[in-house]
Amino acid sequence: MSDSATILREPWPNIERQRYGAAFGIWIFLVTEMLFFGALFLNYAVNRSLHPEAFRIASHETDIVYGTANTLILLTSSLVMTLAERVAAANWRRLALTCLIVTASLGLAFLVVKGFEYSDDLSKGLLPGPNFALEPPSTQLFWGLYWIMTVVHAIHLTVGIGLVVWLSVLIARRVVPLGTTASEVISLYWHFVDVIWLTVYALIYLPGVA
Amino acid sequence: MTDTTLEFAPAAEPLEKNYLNEETTLWSWLTTTDHKRIGILYTLSITFFFFIGGLAIGVVRLELMTPHADIVSAEAYNRLFSLHGIIMVWFFLVPSIPTTLGNFLVPMMIGAHDVAFPRLNLLSWYLFMLGALFTLYVLIAGGVDTGWTFYTPLSTSYATGHVAAAAAGVFVAGFSTIATGVNFVATIHMLRAPGMTWFRLPLFVWSMYAVSLVMLLATPVLAMTLLLIFAERVFGMPVFDPAQGGDPLLFQHLFWFYSHPAVYIMILPAMGVVSEIFTCFARRRIFGYTFMVYALLAIAVVGFMVWGHHMFVAGQSALADLVFSFLSFIVAVPSAIKVFNWTATLYRGQISFEAPMLYAMGFLALFTLGGLTGLHLASVPLDIHLHDTYFVIAHFHFIMVGGTVSAFLGGIHYWWPKFTGRMYPESWARFAAITMSIGFITTFLPQYVMGYAGMPRRYQIYLPQFQIYHVISSVGAMILAVAYIMPLLYLGWSLLYGRRAGSNPWGATGLEWQTSSPPPKENFHGTPRVVEGPYVYHDAETASGSEQAAPRPQGAHR
Ligand SMILES: [Cu+2]
Repeated sequence: MSDSATILREPWPNIERQRYGAAFGIWIFLVTEMLFFGALFLNYAVNRSLHPEAFRIASHETDIVYGTANTLILLTSSLVMTLAERVAAANWRRLALTCLIVTASLGLAFLVVKGFEYSDDLSKGLLPGPNFALEPPSTQLFWGLYWIMTVVHAIHLTVGIGLVVWLSVLIARRVVPLGTTASEVISLYWHFVDVIWLTVYALIYLPGVA
Repeated sequence: MTDTTLEFAPAAEPLEKNYLNEETTLWSWLTTTDHKRIGILYTLSITFFFFIGGLAIGVVRLELMTPHADIVSAEAYNRLFSLHGIIMVWFFLVPSIPTTLGNFLVPMMIGAHDVAFPRLNLLSWYLFMLGALFTLYVLIAGGVDTGWTFYTPLSTSYATGHVAAAAAGVFVAGFSTIATGVNFVATIHMLRAPGMTWFRLPLFVWSMYAVSLVMLLATPVLAMTLLLIFAERVFGMPVFDPAQGGDPLLFQHLFWFYSHPAVYIMILPAMGVVSEIFTCFARRRIFGYTFMVYALLAIAVVGFMVWGHHMFVAGQSALADLVFSFLSFIVAVPSAIKVFNWTATLYRGQISFEAPMLYAMGFLALFTLGGLTGLHLASVPLDIHLHDTYFVIAHFHFIMVGGTVSAFLGGIHYWWPKFTGRMYPESWARFAAITMSIGFITTFLPQYVMGYAGMPRRYQIYLPQFQIYHVISSVGAMILAVAYIMPLLYLGWSLLYGRRAGSNPWGATGLEWQTSSPPPKENFHGTPRVVEGPYVYHDAETASGSEQAAPRPQGAHR
């Protein structure tokens, strides 16, 4: 570990404590994020139990191919992110940087696939509103949640990509050392966004093929 | 020295470096990561919003002097009380004690040099200001007429005005609350000084810990709920729209899942403040310290399970009514424990009545009254009668204003010497404290009566038999306004001319009093070591009142 190179900041008494504190802080934040998405998933659960038939009809219109491709992309990105951490611990600078860049690129790839999926959805009239394609009206509830869930997730992912890029630039310019506290924090966040996607995948895409 | 009101500062001796005079440029304030300075920034900001919210309700109270519409249109009336509610709840009460006294005192009380994440702390203030100023602009430029509750489908389909923009502002401010919560939990877990064990923490720190847990678990749910309102109103996503099969009751569940715990976000810190004040001015150890700690935590936990008492008349199932009613009675138990323990702390104490103590006494009386009337509202049959009447208004103002604002002002006076290094003028402060209690009771006691008699909330035009109560209430509001403006004036005066305080003018225990006033930038010269629990004012065994572990220092107001 390149702990000794990490900068000790106020008010921490020593590096280990600071590192532990940062991880603790991001875990607390992730708990709040769980509640943030939890309110959304509760909304899904209530509406699905109120309108099972409409949710069945509506979920058939989602595209499992896009969903599965994106799931694979994100799972791979999390794997590479973990590799980046391990490689950094072994002090392999170039490889660690490559891993970070691959992680960010996979994140971007997810957004691109998502973009194609959105344009398909739009052309099929699946945006809730006056020209909505499906009947009964409560199918719009499913698709409203589809848009909200995926967009909120995509915003989180975009933030994640920004953080990973920022981290790699700092490391490449040797502003921060490999294995800095920030990288642990960012990787925890990245994995969390991944876990959220898995839940969204199960709620949005899988019912359509069940 | 009873009246030290106009005693001027002794000839200026060169002051040592402290957090106030270390750097004095505006830029140094706007970029500070010092928790004390951020506490001051927050204090100034929320004071500003408090007076804005107060101004709005001042117009409302004036309007209600007569049963007819006199000064403002019906629409403007709706917008005024919505402005009052939104500003007071999210931009004064929720941040009030945690971000001001909490930011300043939590690190000092546990012997730390700062909060765990100082830059996050500054970010929190900027998020707060961004959300608050944007919301204020929206509320003044166009306004919102939904009340602070944003109920659907009124807020999503029918309300004119800038609902989405106001929701966005509150959303942003919510993240400042979350940032504060993350910081406090990490700080209290990780940065306690050597020897500062969990059960040596002052109750104020415990209250900050409990309130942080509530902030962290409740605020994100509000954030998502506001986001859903935003999505429905701006992007036409049918979320709560009954026309598409959506469920407006679901909105109410989500909203109150936040907003009932939010009540505890407002009152738990107040409980922490008065615990410090009572022990100091009664020269007594707190009665039942561990009970007080567990009561705080119990309120924080059980407070999450009672939100349905806001929905007794909303078409909730009878079973849900029963369960929520029962749990709402249960949550009163730890509050009652606290009231008994404060009273027991005062028993055989050597009580003196400086301004902080007067505010704390006011808190005790008004909080108890507010709490007891809460039991009326927790009982389903009574609530069906009292729901949406002025009885509810009176109830929560007794808790929020009688409780939280009293404690906030008490805390500001108590720690003023620590913040500024100056004493405030005691007689003026006592006068203001008493005026506040009188004004408060005059304003809100009649509201219980007229609410019980059937006066509904949020009405501009009302039946003439209620006028007498409204007139009394409005007169009370004027007294209250005077009581709030007074501290602004004499505290401002004391900044320049107040007597120098010294490090510990009250002879209080607690680490924050062991360092100079105002404290140096790093809080302590060296790291403090803690060898005993809090509140060693008085030996527990020899409760005769003759012996004191920490005698009153000379020069204190006696
Ligand atoms: Cu409640």
